[in-house]
Amino acid sequence: MTDLMLPLPYRVTARRLEATDTVTLTLAPVGEGIGTWEPGQFTMLYGFGVGEVPISISGGDGGRIHHTVRDVGAVSHALCGTGVGGRLGVRGPYGHGWDPDSAEGNDLLLVAGGIGLAPLRPVLTWALARRERYGRIALLVGARTPADLLYPREYPAWRAAGVQLLVTVDRADAGWGGHVGVVTTLVDQADFAPDNTVAFVCGPEPMMRFTARALGARGVPDRAVRVSLERNMRCGIALCGHCQLGPLLVCRDGPVASYDVAGQLLDVKEL
Amino acid sequence: MITNTAYQLLAAHPFLAGMDQPQLNRLASWGHRSSFHAGTRIFSEGGQADRFWLIREGRVALDTHVPGRGDVVIETLGPGSVLGWSWLFSPFRWHFGAATVEPTLTVEMDGKGVRRLCDEDPVIGYELNRRFVQVVVQRLQATRVRLLDLYSGPGDRR
Ligand SMILES: Cc1cc2nc3c(=O)[nH]c(=O)nc-3n(C[C@H](O)[C@H](O)[C@H](O)COP(=O)(O)OP(=O)(O)OC[C@H]3O[C@@H](n4cnc5c(N)ncnc54)[C@H](O)[C@@H]3O)c2cc1C
Ligand code: FES
Repeated sequence: MTDLMLPLPYRVTARRLEATDTVTLTLAPVGEGIGTWEPGQFTMLYGFGVGEVPISISGGDGGRIHHTVRDVGAVSHALCGTGVGGRLGVRGPYGHGWDPDSAEGNDLLLVAGGIGLAPLRPVLTWALARRERYGRIALLVGARTPADLLYPREYPAWRAAGVQLLVTVDRADAGWGGHVGVVTTLVDQADFAPDNTVAFVCGPEPMMRFTARALGARGVPDRAVRVSLERNMRCGIALCGHCQLGPLLVCRDGPVASYDVAGQLLDVKEL
Repeated sequence: MITNTAYQLLAAHPFLAGMDQPQLNRLASWGHRSSFHAGTRIFSEGGQADRFWLIREGRVALDTHVPGRGDVVIETLGPGSVLGWSWLFSPFRWHFGAATVEPTLTVEMDGKGVRRLCDEDPVIGYELNRRFVQVVVQRLQATRVRLLDLYSGPGDRR
């Protein structure tokens, strides 16, 4: 039997700098791989000798997986610094993802703040591969500056596939001709039917709270809004209790949760 | 007829949604269509604020001049938004500048005329003030949210 706590060795086969502090790694299994995964699931990614952190799967093909990692501390720094040919350990896939099947027949609204686009990218890939099953698809992206935008090379293909892609930044530089303002200000400009929409929202917690409120103001009920929760994790498999948020263990019951449940937990400052 | 056209444009604009026909008719006499090429300065910081615009298409950037950095964009406004509220409050000066980013279609409203109309007809006055307050509150909230530096992670040291 596979030891659930034992990372499987993966090799970095490609490394792309997405933004000043963010890197997308393509990982291929050295031997056995983690198997199939669903949009919104994460792995525990292990930098040998440094430590292990939860990172969402941002894409993949065949047995290879993509992870987009932002350098914020010791482990993520080591992961971001791993070059092509370098080895990392992977456990997973873990958690309860976006479940895009359950949104079929609805308009799909994806709202991403900063690194939050990473776990949403597989939803977009998924929905575009099954385009006829969804109504309108809109993707709202917010980032601090134009240089912080993830995957800009993929924008033209998304737009060509009929996605309404609205992008905004907090701070513009001279070359920026797009929106300036927080991502919540895009909600009013997106095309969707509020009573027939499922919204997937991912970003830092305040961003998700304000986005859910803006969606509520447009008539999207909390139960139709799903957010991806972030808590520090250790085991990833509901053993250690490290990721507890009220009654939820984020590694098992999340990271994706419906906002009618998660909203109350996020509104409480410390649980 | 110009007034008719302005009426139809006002009736179709989300900012005025729900206002009744006589109210829109009275407002329409203070409005006309106006369009701008991309890159047109509509007003400058500190200038006299005597108008406002209902944006129908295009995008307008609000900016301010920062020495050494030029005109820094603070926010952009798109279709369905209203541009300018300084015409409502003393000292009637623009707090920021505004320039179009894209070709932009608007209904331009005469601020002094609309202020007089509000004085004469308190029902319209109340209704418009309520809507403008809502816009100001939304922008204030957006500014506060922006101050939170939304996209930084919990452990962000930047
Ligand atoms: C389900 C899930 C999916 C994630 N997906 C991604 C992803 O795709 N890409 C990505 O870059 N990051 C992702 N993260 C966040 C990532 O796990 C953290 O950035 C990482 O754990 C930081 O570890 P570190 O050792 O680099 O920094 P540390 O030194 O551990 O952290 C730096 C600081 O941030 C705080 N901190 C770190 N992570 C968290 C957290 N999750 N909640 C609260 N405080 C925290 C620490 O307390 C510390 O103060 C995800 C997190 C979760 C739970
Ligand atoms: S990380 Fe251990 S219980 Fe969730």
